[in-house]
Amino acid sequence: MANRIPRTPVREQDPEVRSHNFEEVCLGYDREEAELEASRCLNCKVPHCQAKCPVHVDIPGFIARVAAGDTAGAAAVIAADSSLPSVCGRVCPQESQCEGACVLGIKFEPVSIGKLERYVGDWAIAHADEQKAELPARNGKKVAIVGSGPAGLACASDLARMGYEVKIFEALHEVGGVLVYGIPEFRLPKQRIVAKEVEAVKRLGVEIETDVIIGRTMTVDDLLDKQGFDAVFVGSGAGLPRFMGIEGENLNGVFSANEFLTRTNLMHAYDEEYDTPIFAGRRAVIVGGGNVAMDAVRTAKRLGAEAIIVYRRSEAELPARVEEVHHAKQEGIEFKMLTNPVRIIGNEAGQVEGIECVEMELGEPDASGRRSPIVKEGSNFRIDCDVVIMALGTSPNPLIKSTTKGLETNRRGCIVADEEGRTSRPGVFAGGDAVTGAATVILAMGAGRKAAAAIDEYLGAPRN
Amino acid sequence: MYKITRRRELAPNITEMKVLAPRVAESAKPGQFVIVRVDDHGERIPLTICDYDPEEGTVTIVTQSVGISSQKINSLQEGDAFLDFAGPLGMPSDLLEIPEEELKKMKILFVAGGVGTAPVYPQAKWLHEHGITPDVIIGARTKDLFTYVDEMKKVANVHLATDDGSAGYHGMVTGLMKHLIDDEGYHFDHCVIIGPMIMMKFAAMTTKDYNIPTMVSLNALMVDGTGMCGACRVSVGGETKFTCVEGPEFDGHKVDFDEAMRRQNMYRNNPKNNPETHKCSCHG
Repeated sequence: MANRIPRTPVREQDPEVRSHNFEEVCLGYDREEAELEASRCLNCKVPHCQAKCPVHVDIPGFIARVAAGDTAGAAAVIAADSSLPSVCGRVCPQESQCEGACVLGIKFEPVSIGKLERYVGDWAIAHADEQKAELPARNGKKVAIVGSGPAGLACASDLARMGYEVKIFEALHEVGGVLVYGIPEFRLPKQRIVAKEVEAVKRLGVEIETDVIIGRTMTVDDLLDKQGFDAVFVGSGAGLPRFMGIEGENLNGVFSANEFLTRTNLMHAYDEEYDTPIFAGRRAVIVGGGNVAMDAVRTAKRLGAEAIIVYRRSEAELPARVEEVHHAKQEGIEFKMLTNPVRIIGNEAGQVEGIECVEMELGEPDASGRRSPIVKEGSNFRIDCDVVIMALGTSPNPLIKSTTKGLETNRRGCIVADEEGRTSRPGVFAGGDAVTGAATVILAMGAGRKAAAAIDEYLGAPRN
Repeated sequence: MYKITRRRELAPNITEMKVLAPRVAESAKPGQFVIVRVDDHGERIPLTICDYDPEEGTVTIVTQSVGISSQKINSLQEGDAFLDFAGPLGMPSDLLEIPEEELKKMKILFVAGGVGTAPVYPQAKWLHEHGITPDVIIGARTKDLFTYVDEMKKVANVHLATDDGSAGYHGMVTGLMKHLIDDEGYHFDHCVIIGPMIMMKFAAMTTKDYNIPTMVSLNALMVDGTGMCGACRVSVGGETKFTCVEGPEFDGHKVDFDEAMRRQNMYRNNPKNNPETHKCSCHG
């Protein structure tokens, strides 16, 4: 019986060793381990895992091929629905998606779907040279993509496969969006994985130009009216980091998680050979409980700081992936739950020397369905620290909204788009965090792919 | 790559470079800035645009060597190239928002200090092209440190000040501002101040005494320059603003300069800013 086999453990770097380096934590399955794990899949008639996947990857289908030793076949199955398996296998919240729905998980442990997807994705990267992409004849229509993150890359790949001439404009100097500036090397290797996924997109004939800020260097209107593009997809990402609005937030030593992570990931500040500086301090308090908070706290730890998470709800409500929380704990991160900062304390030089917090307790469920935290009056206490990192999410970047005619945004400032990515402006499509606010890689990728289909329908290009 | 088509030393350690960046040149407006990166290991450095020529496709920047990264920039020669040159970023100068009729009636004063003189030039030039000749005070420690004086004279009434009295008014720009208004009968409706933070602080205090609406251009620390990181946040009238997307120009009477100066020095003692300890690629 397949379910008698326990879930195959995945090899990881030793916590004590890895908390001092930026190498990838999880080492992934080898072929033998992957085939063993794949053999646990019950191949359910009604695959709940597939239903829970935001892009509906044929999970039993690819796992059956892994079990049969046909990794190339498995890669082809995934490729029908996902353009970034190596990335999603690493960063998707599997426990609340595919693996959370796995029938085996009711009595036993779910199939390790994420690790299997990663195995297949990495195999495809290693064997990229053998897979000659058949490029269709160009259909003569041009599409511009704003942003080279997961939404933009996915949209570009699909359109290129349909025969469109596609050009991505990226504001930063590196391609990959949040995959390069946000998610750390120890969770998603940049050269080994992200750069390879980008190369795969380029092999489809997609052109990528960096250092172009749409909304400043050129506008969306310029792309349509002057640059000869027939449609534009906006996948410009999340935007401006949020702060709490408490006293002391502009002291030296207070950073947004975006800044802290961009310095380390995009600018390689952890590496002495690079010029960009970073300050992680001796004791760093990270405020927040999402994946970005986990990335920041583990980065601070790797930079030599004692690193602490402060989160206003309890552990059950932590929005981060379970694996990240688990890894963070293994690495010696302290979690202060039901704790909320009220002010940041500075010394005479304006440098952080502590953070004053209050204890919280959980009350009635709020709009998000989570029990809302309530302040315990008079519970104020201080944590000594020299760095505070705010990981509280983002608000939309106004750049594209304010420079594009007729583009509707909602009251939060996010671009309004329907399920297929159509905005209020004909010919302009949008998806990913620019539409939803900060969400996940897989949702952004899914939105990019849906928009590609909608763009194809809009442009009505003849099929080759 | 963005090629340097012309390079000249304006003063000791102050270099002007004309860079081929057609897309930036096409969209640039006075008051905006670019983010540059010299090489693969370099920082992203924000620099205010000092001139631009859409026909030639060039953008002019001026840098003063102070730290590792500005030294790296100034070590580039004519024919060399920047790895990255992104922009234009930030909001254009407020002057561009004022209706031309109204603008023509206004007496506009620019106060420029040190390396801040060059970024005043595109604004003064823009006004001159619109039939307005502004007054520009240029301050420097000593006359050898003056930059852009000849260019500026073509588009503005220039008043010089040196700390040591080697040229023009003997004293600080604030002294010259008071002198022009109190003794020479000048009247100003609007002032734009660009220069070192400490000079902007005191010059803005001076214009406040005379009730002259004043904008200052802040050179905050930045990483991405597009609103993503928040490193450039500054308090303006008690509210936190992002210099990169809401600035770089702000109401000079509302900026918390003491905080801005402190934040600018955040990494002053960082080992990477010390040539002795930093292993940057330009020093091997």
